[in-house]
Amino acid sequence: MKAIVAVKRVVDYNVKVRVKADKTGVELANVKMAINPFCEIAVEEAVRLKEKGIVTEIVVVSIGPKEAQEQIRTAMALGADRGILVETGAEVQPLAVAKLLKAICDQEQPQLVILGKQAIDDDNNQTGQMLAALAGYAQGTFASVVKVEGGKASVTREIDGGFQTVELNLPAVVTTDLRLNEPRYAALPNIMKAKKKPLDVKTPADFGVDVTPRVKTLKVEPPAERSAGIKVKTVEELVAKLKNEAKVI
Amino acid sequence: MAVLVYAEHDNSSIKGATLNTVAAAQAIGGDIHVLVAGSNCQAAAAAAAQIAGVSKVLVADNAAYTNQLAENVSLLVADLGKAYSHILAPATTNGKNFAPRVAALLDVAQISEITKVISADTFERPIYAGNAIATVQALDAIKVLTVRATGFDAVAATGGSAAVEAVATVTDAGTSKFVAEELAKSDRPELTAAKIVVSGGRGMGNGDNFKILYSLADKLGAAVGASRAAVDAGFVPNDMQVGQTGKIVAPQLYVAVGISGAIQHLAGMKDSKVIVAINKDPEAPIFQVADYGLVGDLFDLVPQLEKLV
Repeated sequence: MKAIVAVKRVVDYNVKVRVKADKTGVELANVKMAINPFCEIAVEEAVRLKEKGIVTEIVVVSIGPKEAQEQIRTAMALGADRGILVETGAEVQPLAVAKLLKAICDQEQPQLVILGKQAIDDDNNQTGQMLAALAGYAQGTFASVVKVEGGKASVTREIDGGFQTVELNLPAVVTTDLRLNEPRYAALPNIMKAKKKPLDVKTPADFGVDVTPRVKTLKVEPPAERSAGIKVKTVEELVAKLKNEAKVI
Repeated sequence: MAVLVYAEHDNSSIKGATLNTVAAAQAIGGDIHVLVAGSNCQAAAAAAAQIAGVSKVLVADNAAYTNQLAENVSLLVADLGKAYSHILAPATTNGKNFAPRVAALLDVAQISEITKVISADTFERPIYAGNAIATVQALDAIKVLTVRATGFDAVAATGGSAAVEAVATVTDAGTSKFVAEELAKSDRPELTAAKIVVSGGRGMGNGDNFKILYSLADKLGAAVGASRAAVDAGFVPNDMQVGQTGKIVAPQLYVAVGISGAIQHLAGMKDSKVIVAINKDPEAPIFQVADYGLVGDLFDLVPQLEKLV
């Protein structure tokens, strides 16, 4: 079966972002970018399913600037077979991304679409669910175990309080949680081979999708600073402070 | 203008996060209707009718909603939601699971994890793991929102007397099936609702050592949390994880033990009123947000602390 994996180019998770002085957003110039960590887990899961002989072809899709080709190449070095970049310099919000992915699903007819549960830049946690709704697919969000057999996917999900297992008819959407797997590193020969794998470049207009933002960002500010605390020397002093000064115990 | 609030419940009682979500709905204004979707959920519906500020409770009592499968629930909420200006759900794993489906079915955007209501169409929400706060304006006619419980003070669970009305619509997508659930059992307060949280990190060394935190927590009436490092190392189950990818807490007192204070962890607890850090490394980033820091060996300090409180 064919699997589609969506990947997003985001600020590397190790970077401590800074808000721009004019409050229009965060500083992205000259900041290290990388594949979103949850998307990396999605690629890894698709590759593992391919290694088990369940998935036969992995198509990796990214929507964003020209530079997102780097993230598609990374996914191909990890084992994806071909790539599709929907290139746009504009801000594309989750609903528009979901519509573009739905159009690609209509063309490619995958049995499984794997996404990360959320991108670490906008922290939305929406795209997979929205795609599933638009395509009429079942969804297995926050997946920590995925099994595909007999035309169905069994997905164990991380929920508040523990785990839940659901059975989904295929085609289905799965979004990855942290504990689904540990992504591998790309080996140098595979990075070289990935450069030769096919990568189609499209635009949102090719799919007839209007990507106009539905949510307007009015301003972005740094969070309120916490006032500097103190170091105490002994447990006695700590307990005294908590009782008399902070009055929390 | 009326606001529809999706109630988080276990069929017999209403979960705490619902009360914070009703508070967010009050900040928006208008009539507040609460939807209770489940099976044999009349007790939960009766509890919802008691919530202060709620004018109507809609009850969809059907086997299709037994396990709150997103495929079925989202069709119901999207169908009912057309009559409302706002649809709110708590930003729990359940809310996050179905709410974006509702938004997509209605062809509107969703705004995730709002922490403040500025006006009926303008909200604040954290981005980049809480390192920036965005003020955003929804341009769609219907606003679908998930509410971060720690951003709003819960409304009273009693004092209301809303009318209860049954919803006849049954929406069963038939594409998914519930198989099993495995819930961690705990006698301690729920992590997201606790007044005091004691959390352990990689510095705990192993899962057995967490017992010193459990015994401190029991003395304080606190919940026990953990950093991602402690969860990934297998010390404790993942539902104890506090952080960007785990639970977001804002208790009166947060005690971080053997936690270095990575960005992803801070995103889950830095709105706590008072933060105490116990760590042997005086340079650990956790000390930059801690109100009171104690440098030393946690295996000495935690038992001492337990004796004194």
